[in-house]
Amino acid sequence: MQTSERPLSPHLQIYRWQLTMTLSIAHRATGIALSVGTLLLVWWLVAAATGPEAYRVVQEFLGSWLGILLLIGWSLSLFYHLCAGIRHLVWDTGHGFDIKTVYQSGWTVVVASIGLTILAWGAALVQMGRG
Amino acid sequence: MAKTLRSPLGRALGLGSAKEGVEHWWVQRLTAVALVPLSLWFVTSVIALAGADHATVLAWLSRPLVAILMVLLVGTSFYHASLGLQVIIEDYVHHEGAKIAALVLNKLVCFALAVAGIFAVLKIAFGG
Repeated sequence: MQTSERPLSPHLQIYRWQLTMTLSIAHRATGIALSVGTLLLVWWLVAAATGPEAYRVVQEFLGSWLGILLLIGWSLSLFYHLCAGIRHLVWDTGHGFDIKTVYQSGWTVVVASIGLTILAWGAALVQMGRG
Repeated sequence: MAKTLRSPLGRALGLGSAKEGVEHWWVQRLTAVALVPLSLWFVTSVIALAGADHATVLAWLSRPLVAILMVLLVGTSFYHASLGLQVIIEDYVHHEGAKIAALVLNKLVCFALAVAGIFAVLKIAFGG
């Protein structure tokens, strides 16, 4: 049903995959993940304030495979949302909108967030080995 | 002066059909900027605390600078989260009743969690 001659925006299902749209939705997805993940921070703080027994429970959970999986996801989400968020703040100043720069900053965000996550876990493992 | 159908009050408020101004956008950016150093501080601190026992964590949280930064982190995080989740709800929940319920729930839960986290830090910091 064509009601006007105006161009329609392309539908997601037929639109060729692009880095920019993936990063855009990933910013939202990691934002939701971080909102839920911050529950862990509150649980950790409240448990620490409650006492040694409550703290032991949260530490045990965070040390389990599920806990570690959540922490890896949380750290990757945090670093991604941080890097992509800085990219958004630069856009807010009106800079970096030409196609070439958008792709450069996009791939920089991907590499930086994965690199920072690996770096953070490497540092944490070194710290645990020392402690 | 051009003729307008808007009431004097409507013009003074300066709000169009969106029914709000630039505040949401601005506070989202403000909290984002604050969260850059706060989240980096938090991640490096947690790494330094990896494998630490309960007493060590309590001693760490009792330090005034740590407690202040942690209160700022928890408060700013949930403020930023509530603003972000609000936009997502407004974009994807189309049923008006469900949307309002989700928006209210979002604000209440984020506020309650922020209070819980901040209270826990203060309790530790003031030696409870």
